Amino acid sequence: MDGYYAFMLVAATLVLMMTVPALALFYGGMSRSKSVLNMMMMSFGALAVVAIVYVLWGWSMSYSAGAGDDVAGLFANPFTLFGLDDVDPGSYVFVAFQMTFAVITAALISGAVADRVRFSSWMVFVPLWVTLSYFPLAHMVWGGGFLSPLNENGLSAILFGFEDGLAKVVPQDYAGGTVVHINAGVAGLVLVLLIGRRLGFGKEPMKPHNLTLTMIGAGLLWFGWFGFNVGSIVFVEGDGGEKDIAQFMSETGVTWINTTIATSAAMLAWLLVEKIRDGKGTSLGAASGIVAGLVAITPACGAVDVYGAIAIGAAAGALCALAVGLKYRFGYDDSLDVVGVHLVGGIVGTVMIGFVSSGSAPGGIDGLLYGGGAEPLVVQVLTALVAIAWSAVATLAVGLLIKATLGWRITDEDEAEGIDFVEHGESAYDLGTGGGARRSSVLQGSTASEGARA
Amino acid sequence: MKLVTAVIKPHKWEDVREALETFGVTGMTVSEVSGYGRQKGHTEVYRGAEYDIALVPKIRIEIVVDDADTEDIVGIITKTAQTGRIGDGKVWVSPIDTVIRVRTGDKDSAAL
Repeated sequence: MDGYYAFMLVAATLVLMMTVPALALFYGGMSRSKSVLNMMMMSFGALAVVAIVYVLWGWSMSYSAGAGDDVAGLFANPFTLFGLDDVDPGSYVFVAFQMTFAVITAALISGAVADRVRFSSWMVFVPLWVTLSYFPLAHMVWGGGFLSPLNENGLSAILFGFEDGLAKVVPQDYAGGTVVHINAGVAGLVLVLLIGRRLGFGKEPMKPHNLTLTMIGAGLLWFGWFGFNVGSIVFVEGDGGEKDIAQFMSETGVTWINTTIATSAAMLAWLLVEKIRDGKGTSLGAASGIVAGLVAITPACGAVDVYGAIAIGAAAGALCALAVGLKYRFGYDDSLDVVGVHLVGGIVGTVMIGFVSSGSAPGGIDGLLYGGGAEPLVVQVLTALVAIAWSAVATLAVGLLIKATLGWRITDEDEAEGIDFVEHGESAYDLGTGGGARRSSVLQGSTASEGARA
Repeated sequence: MKLVTAVIKPHKWEDVREALETFGVTGMTVSEVSGYGRQKGHTEVYRGAEYDIALVPKIRIEIVVDDADTEDIVGIITKTAQTGRIGDGKVWVSPIDTVIRVRTGDKDSAAL
C-alpha cells in the first residue's frame, strides 16, 4: 500500500491548495477592489491558525478512540493525543489530510462576512469555531460519533437498528457534505445575522472587481477537489491486503468520475438558469456552478452511479443559482453567497443521496428511487438536520462571545474607506501610479484618489 | 481662435486622430472621460443581481485652432466619429482670447 501512502500525501497537499490560493482567489475576485486583500488574508489566516490548532488538539478531539475518549458521541477527548502525542509518524499523513479539511471549512465562512470584519476578531473566531463546531462534527460523522454508522448508540442505529458493528441503514457522507459544507454554510448564515449587512447593501453597487481571479480560483478548487473527494476513501478491511488494493483500484476511479460529471452538470445547469432568466450565461455563473456541483457531490461521490452524479450536479447547479438571490429578498448580506452555495449545495447533496444512492456504487446502498425504500432518505435528512443544529448553536456561542468582547465590525467610516487600507495598511492595486515608477504618477495618483472618494 | 472640444466613442479615437493629422493639426489634448447623454448606461448581472452602470466611457479631445480652420476641423471630427448610432458624442466650439507657447512666449496664431 505504499502507492496509497504516496497518493495521500498528494491528496492532502491538493486540499491545502484549495484554501491557499484557490479559495482566496475565488473569493478575492468577487470582492471589491478596496477589500480584496482582506478577503484573501481571511483564507491565509485561517490556514495558519487552524493548522497549529489541529495538531495541538484538533486531531485528538476528532479522532482519539481510546477507552473513555468519546464524550456522548459528540466529540473526543482533546487531550489524549494533544500535540500528536503517541501518534505514530506513519499516521501523520492522515492527520495532514484531515487538517486541510478543517482549514478550508473555516476559510469558507469568510465569504459571508466580506468587507466588514476586524481581522483580529476573525483570527480569534477561527480557532474557537473549529473547536466548538468543526472538531465535534468531524468526530460525530467520521470519528465514530453520533452520526457515524459505527456507533451503536448513533442516530441511525437508534432508528433502524445495529448489527455486526454497523448501523443497518448506513448514513453516507463520503467527503464532508455535513462536516464541511453544511457546517460552513450555517456558520456563515449565523454570523451574517449576528453582525449585519455591509454599508450600502442593496443600494450601492458591490460588483466582483476581478472575475479572472474568480475563474482561476474556481478552476483550482476543482483541481484540488480530487484530493478532497478521491482521497476520502476509507478501506473496508484496512489491513493493506488484496481486498484493500482491489477497493483502492476501483473506488478511486468512481469518485473521480462522479466528482467531474456532477460538477460539469452543475455548471451547465447554472448557466441554463441564467440564460433563461437573464438572457446570458455568465463567467461568474460558470465559476459558481462549478463550486455548487463540487459541494453537492462531496458527500455523494461514493454513493451514486453516473446518472445519480449527473442528477445531483444538475439539481445543485439550478437550485444554488436560484438560492443566491434569496439574500436580497430576505435582506441578509451573505456577501459572497456562502449560504446560497455551500449550505444549499451541501443539503442538496446530502439529501439527494437518500433518493439516488445506488447499490452498484462503492457505498452499496439503494436509495428511494433505486428501490431501497425511504429509510436511507430519513437517515440522510436527519443527519443534515443534526449538523445544521449543532453548527448553528456552536457558531452562535462563539459569535456572541466575540461580539461581547472584541467586537466584530470595523467602524462605518473605515468600511467606506476600504478594509484593505484600514486593517492591513495596503492597497491591492496601484495601477494609477504604477508603484510610483512613472513620471505621470503625481497627476494620476491624485485623480484616482479623488475618484475613489467621490 | 477657437477651442474645439469633442466627446467621442473610444473606438473612433484613432480614426479621428489620423484624419486630423492628415488635415494638418499638429497637437491636441486627449483625456479618457465618463458621462452619459441619450445613450444612458447599461445593465450588468452578477449572480442574478442587476447593476445599472450609469456612466459610459468616452474620449474627450481639445484642440485650439485658427478661426479659419474651425469649420473644417469640426467637419472632420463629426464625419470621422460618426457611426449613426446613439452615443456618437458631441462637438462644441468656444472662443479663446489668448494662447501663449510656454517655451518661447509666442502668442496667438504663432503659438499654435
